[in-house]
Amino acid sequence: MTLNALLQITLYLALLLLLAWPLGITMAKIYGDAIPPWMRWITPLERGIYRLCGIRPDQEMSWSRYALAMLALNLLGLLTVYLLQRVQSWLPFNPQAMANITPDSALNTAISFASNTNWQGYGGETTMSYLTQMCGLTVQNFLSAATGMAVLAALMRAFTRRESGVIGNFWVDMTRSILYILLPLSLLLSLALVGQGVVQTFEPYRSVHLVQPIEKGATEQVIALGPTASQVAIKQLGTNGGGFFNVNSAHPLENPTPFSNILEMLSILLIPAALCFTFGSIVGDHRQGIVILAAMTLVFTALLILCTSAEQAGNPLFQRLGLEVTASDTTPGGNMEGKEVRFGIVNSAIWATATTAASNGSVNAMHDSFTPLGGLVPMGLMQLGEVIFGGVGSGLYGMIIFALVAVFVSGLMIGRTPEYLGKKVEAFEIKMASVAILVPCLAVLLGTAIAVASESGRAGIANPGIHGFSEILYAFSSAGNNNGSAFAGLSANTPFYNMMLGIAMLLARYWVIIPVLAIAGSLAAKKTIPLSAGTLPTHTPLFVVLLIGTVIIVGALTFLPALALGPIVEHVLMINGQG
Amino acid sequence: MIKELKPALLFLLVMTLLTGGIYPSLVTGLAQWLFPFQSHGSILKSHGKAVGSAWVGQSFTDPRYFWGRPSATAPMPYNAAASSGSNQGPRNPALEQAVRERIAALKAAAPGQTTPIPVDLVTASASGLDPHISPASAQWQVPRVARTRGLPELVVRDLVAHYSEGRTFGLLGEPRVNVLTLNLALDQYGHEQ
Repeated sequence: MTLNALLQITLYLALLLLLAWPLGITMAKIYGDAIPPWMRWITPLERGIYRLCGIRPDQEMSWSRYALAMLALNLLGLLTVYLLQRVQSWLPFNPQAMANITPDSALNTAISFASNTNWQGYGGETTMSYLTQMCGLTVQNFLSAATGMAVLAALMRAFTRRESGVIGNFWVDMTRSILYILLPLSLLLSLALVGQGVVQTFEPYRSVHLVQPIEKGATEQVIALGPTASQVAIKQLGTNGGGFFNVNSAHPLENPTPFSNILEMLSILLIPAALCFTFGSIVGDHRQGIVILAAMTLVFTALLILCTSAEQAGNPLFQRLGLEVTASDTTPGGNMEGKEVRFGIVNSAIWATATTAASNGSVNAMHDSFTPLGGLVPMGLMQLGEVIFGGVGSGLYGMIIFALVAVFVSGLMIGRTPEYLGKKVEAFEIKMASVAILVPCLAVLLGTAIAVASESGRAGIANPGIHGFSEILYAFSSAGNNNGSAFAGLSANTPFYNMMLGIAMLLARYWVIIPVLAIAGSLAAKKTIPLSAGTLPTHTPLFVVLLIGTVIIVGALTFLPALALGPIVEHVLMINGQG
Repeated sequence: MIKELKPALLFLLVMTLLTGGIYPSLVTGLAQWLFPFQSHGSILKSHGKAVGSAWVGQSFTDPRYFWGRPSATAPMPYNAAASSGSNQGPRNPALEQAVRERIAALKAAAPGQTTPIPVDLVTASASGLDPHISPASAQWQVPRVARTRGLPELVVRDLVAHYSEGRTFGLLGEPRVNVLTLNLALDQYGHEQ
């Protein structure tokens, strides 16, 4: 790695942790009924929303009612996005006269945005009206992010309850997540992005005269515009990832400068990292949150270094062809296929690692054109279950599930009673944890197997040979863990992939949330047991190791064979110069 | 779930109004007031005519101009209404063929030039709209542009240096040259002479 790479990575991590800490503490106050004084001007709006919706904020819910409320809102959101796409050509705010979208594509997109996946089978600027982008997709960006945060808030609260039948009010957790956290941050970020050059307008696409007409006679260039910044801000902050334009944040009008780029990259991991501090604060022991954050940061940094090195080392083909591939102060070098000059290797690698560590899925470079090992990193991070930072809310509740398993496994090994944060971990919790961990794995592997074995699955492949298998494996790893990024060569906007990936996204989202809420209900109902000599401490470096070990072992046992058939063998062939 | 449907429906309506209506409209209003140039696409004008966006590259194939990154958009390169990368994998034979053809085209237009071509000049960008090339890629093209325009190399080299940007704060991103701005400046220089 170059010195500049090292500096940019260090700066990124330092800024991230520095910003996450105060935000995390503030969020703990927001979820703990102690809104900070400087935010209280929002409170009348919060009360107004409860009145309008007939919500009684003091009425807490059992875990099953909480789950039903969550499902009802997600289902209605899904239906709304579906309908909007099906009738958009007859609605206003459609200056480019976009047609209505086919049922299979509309359903896939509706599931995708409701489940916080934001997998995109369509190209934004050629498919979606401004109305659909705003009232369908942007709204779901807020709601699906808030859903993850609400579920996490309920789980964190459960650790503090004793013999209680309730875990909080879903509507209150949703409203607070949006009003006090997501909306203010999005407002600030979107204005900062416009200042850098991200577009924000309701006007139609703009025609300009080309300086040099294209040989085939075109003298004009049509530039896609739209209300972009407002959507980009929340897609980054809410780990949504659905781009306004087809190439997402690689598009210069979605991410024009290195400064807009670092703002967007920080926003990917900001809330997931901050929630670790929130967790520590709510359970009354900051070290518990820091241990989890440490485990996440260590795995992230190791994989980031691998990805950066692989992309900087580049493609041996380019050396064979006699190109200048060494990084210097006048050229980025490395594997520049599918990357933008303003981001070069380093910022493309940081983004690819961050966006797949979190379940964000936005991109600023084309992952399909990464070197095999460079592409293995984003694929592997998704397959670890989106718990290395992970989605807003969903990353941390996923990691807490792994913590329960780590406590349970080490309890078995050393003969101590498994308990976590004063709660006994028993058969019910471990059964639910197993469901939450295994369902996404099943969706990925089974989905890949079906696609590889079927004619319509193989028809979508763009790159020949092993890389084609990687494209399919990547698609299901992405949908089956609610990430949304792609090896985008795969032609996935077909009825087959729209259905298969839609099912994978639904399974991965709701068959994790429901078991997590069940665990929350069960933990809240338990007594809190005092610490004793028999308690395995979960605030120590040893527990960091145990936690990382659990995540890596589950991930490796499940996915190493598939990875060996894809990126690993491709790497071996590439360095041996075999075409 | 039926009992929860009513608050869910009302909540969805209120939030659609707030996050899908008020929020983007508020951002649009503020953005157009604070940043009227950027919010409309940073459109550059020359002699009163809109000639491009400062952030969106254009296709240049004439040897008199600096060429940008190869673009994989369809049906023509640098189609700013349908962004796209090539998505070619590292071992795709089509990638090798494309890169070979680009090298051949660059060398044909600059006979006798033997210095290695910087990798970004022959690989397709992620967006297909990359407005930049690396300073090394611009310098590589100086002899050709100078010769076809009948300008001294030194003048063109100075122009490239003038339009090269370093890393932001000396640290972020990569050094780069905006191809459209550079070419507009070249044309301008020609007019003034």
